[in-house]
Amino acid sequence: MCLLKARQGCILPRPPNMENMIKVKERLYKWLFTILAFASLIFLVGIVIVLFKEALPIFKKVKALEFIFGKFWYPTYDPPEFGIFPLILASVWVSVGAMLVCVPLGVGSALYLNEIASHKQKAVLKPLVEILASIPSIVYGFFGMVVLAPFLQNLLHLPIGLCAFTASLTLGIMATPTVCSIAEDALSYVPKSFREASFAVGANRWQTLVKVVIPAAGSGISTAIILGMSRAIGETMTVLMVAGGAAVIPKSFFDPVRPMTSAIAAEMGEAPMGSDHFHALFAIALILFLITFVFNVIAEAISRKYRIKLGLSG
Amino acid sequence: MDSKTLIMEDRQNCVCSQSDLVKIKAQDINFFYGKQQALKDINLDVLSNKVTAIIGPSGCGKSTFIRLFNRMHELVPNTTLTGRIYLDGQDILGACVDPAEIRRRIGMVFQKPNPFPKNIFENISYGLEVNGIKNKEFIEGRVIESLKKAALWDEVKDRLHDSALNLSGGQQQRLCIARCLAVKPEVLLFDEPCASLDPISTRKIEELILELKKDYAIVIVTHNMQQAARVSDYTGFFLLGELIEFDKTEKIFKAPKNQKTEDYITGRFG
Amino acid sequence: MRKDIAQKIGFSFISLCMFTTVLFLFAIIYFIGSRGIKVISWEFLTQAPRNAMTAGGVAPAIVGTLYLTLGAVVFALPLGVACAIYLNEYSPKSYIVNIIRLSINNLAGVPSVVFGLFGLAVFVKFFGFGVSILSGSLALGILVLPVIISASQEALLAVPYSLREASLALGATKWQTIRKIVLPAALPGILTGVILSIGRVAGETAPILFTAAAFYLKGYPKSIFSEVMALPYHIYALMTEGAHPEQQTAIAYGCCLILLCLVLFMSAIAIFIRQRQRSHYYG
Repeated sequence: MCLLKARQGCILPRPPNMENMIKVKERLYKWLFTILAFASLIFLVGIVIVLFKEALPIFKKVKALEFIFGKFWYPTYDPPEFGIFPLILASVWVSVGAMLVCVPLGVGSALYLNEIASHKQKAVLKPLVEILASIPSIVYGFFGMVVLAPFLQNLLHLPIGLCAFTASLTLGIMATPTVCSIAEDALSYVPKSFREASFAVGANRWQTLVKVVIPAAGSGISTAIILGMSRAIGETMTVLMVAGGAAVIPKSFFDPVRPMTSAIAAEMGEAPMGSDHFHALFAIALILFLITFVFNVIAEAISRKYRIKLGLSG
Repeated sequence: MDSKTLIMEDRQNCVCSQSDLVKIKAQDINFFYGKQQALKDINLDVLSNKVTAIIGPSGCGKSTFIRLFNRMHELVPNTTLTGRIYLDGQDILGACVDPAEIRRRIGMVFQKPNPFPKNIFENISYGLEVNGIKNKEFIEGRVIESLKKAALWDEVKDRLHDSALNLSGGQQQRLCIARCLAVKPEVLLFDEPCASLDPISTRKIEELILELKKDYAIVIVTHNMQQAARVSDYTGFFLLGELIEFDKTEKIFKAPKNQKTEDYITGRFG
Repeated sequence: MRKDIAQKIGFSFISLCMFTTVLFLFAIIYFIGSRGIKVISWEFLTQAPRNAMTAGGVAPAIVGTLYLTLGAVVFALPLGVACAIYLNEYSPKSYIVNIIRLSINNLAGVPSVVFGLFGLAVFVKFFGFGVSILSGSLALGILVLPVIISASQEALLAVPYSLREASLALGATKWQTIRKIVLPAALPGILTGVILSIGRVAGETAPILFTAAAFYLKGYPKSIFSEVMALPYHIYALMTEGAHPEQQTAIAYGCCLILLCLVLFMSAIAIFIRQRQRSHYYG
């Protein structure tokens, strides 16, 4: 009886079949979102499958070690040679060179934003850095090709402007905002109390920065550097336009080189589908993917540890 | 055992007089966050047309407790609850009971005013809309009625289509009360409703609670003992997840039976 | 004192870093702006290329980029928002969330050229869409999915939890709460994400190299299965192919300026929305 009374007391009776409809709808939406949420995973797995499937045929013809450490990349010769060591070396040179540019610039800028800049300056500078990050790589490539390369060639009396050095510089500029914004995040997570404790014992701002803030943000900053490196090594259009494109083992920083990404981008159009060359290019992409994957996993692991260290939730 | 005998039984071991009707009955409540026990063996009755205050130092589990009544605890993962809660004799914790229906029947006002980022009218009509009511005249009537009941009508009647976020803190809280009233609940839960309000707004809310008592069973959680003394008929004192004492408010404040209650009331700790 | 000298040197160094970073931005804008503006005219924006790419305009490339961008957003937006809703609102078992999060982070780190190869193998070859707007849009959409997911997640996180509680406490269901309260409140944030991703997609070149782009086409694309010209690819082609480097470089400057303006415009809108939104919720 009381139950009945309760029902009547509820002056908001829903239409009789609405209750069920709502429940079905709820479940439907939950399933829909669950399925759609797995899209990223599916794409990632799809990429891995495709890369392996299209890359494996080449390893039937060339041994994996020969492929990676072979010194000659002549995919269109007869007989062709598939050694990607020059390409790997080129990628490493260019990326390391880019790091030499973007780490000091990026971390330095992050320190400036976090330590020196006033609120007003920060309100202007941060968007500027974001804009620098949003400029498309093709524009950087173009800029490197028509402005930086001739400029450096004249300045340093280089035999050729499009070389590993120019590519490093261009890539470095390009990766700077990435490094800067991640490092800036890391710095801003450092609790205020750390700084105050340091000031309290008579350290000045610079000492506090070097001895307290930077070590505390250290793993965050290293995440920034790793992700910057990952971006540099995977960057395509810039190096394709600026690095010069010679697929030989570079002897100096001023030689033209052909990094892995530009080999794929430049040659895929000419490689007949299903040919050895085609599969070899997919194999390069596979190696590239694995390298960046490792970088990302390391960065993820470091940043997770770091968050736990500073007592931030995952 | 049918619900009626249950209620009869309630009356017998209840501290209240026979004429009062038990609206909510909490029986042997134990509640855990993970492995940490937040509530221990709690038995408490909420009566119709009465204000029940729950007091205690912060972290004693009083908010946790009233959130069980409308099953808001289910939003927090990793919790376990044992015991029963009856609303009009009906077990509301059962798996086949729709939490949405329980929440419609038991309204809740939160610590911080939380109006939706919509206009005043939409804030109040929202509860009707989500419950499938489409009749515009009905909705309009109900909005006005609710605003009047929440003593907010005179202040906002000319700007029903302004953003609710432009109201003052006290007005926002009354708007949240009106929002609850619109769905015609049977019980109102107040979770420290005045915690973020100034004294004048606080007084208005308290007056409103006394007014609303005529139609609803009311539970109010507060850390402010004067407030409990001013508005409530019954008071429960919580300490470290236990219900130390539950009695008529006068008795709790004038002649507490338990030493711990007395210590808290007289400000010796807490 | 020695430590003050160290401070002076240190601070000068980091100021120099900041200065250099900003200098590069202005150098890029200056060089491309000053030379690009000379080429841009009404004709440049509305005409098709003529005389083997040495004269005329780049209208087909602009249109192509619009199509590709639109296609990518149409594909990635619902997916991205749905994924963010699942991760944020339906808080399922944590290992599932971790797996999805990990895959989003890794997807974000995949080199853009790999998306091109994936598109080539799957959309162009396997599904048989051919080199087309559809294939290119899908490849770009996957590339930009992580951006949209993380922007949407941030936007959802910024919606106070108390609003969800209030809605549920009124007897609304989860989906009603999401649709009527959470999503409208998160909309500006999601919009910011979309705008930023438009900037990103419009400038991407590597994923469309083998999936959508053509160096030169006579007319405009007729359906989603046609090849298109696209601004970024056009720049690349102008700089690496053809027999008239002088005129081609000039046109490439113009294309770069258009892209740059698009990106700057998008960033400006995003920054504007974000700053307006800051003062949105209580206090």
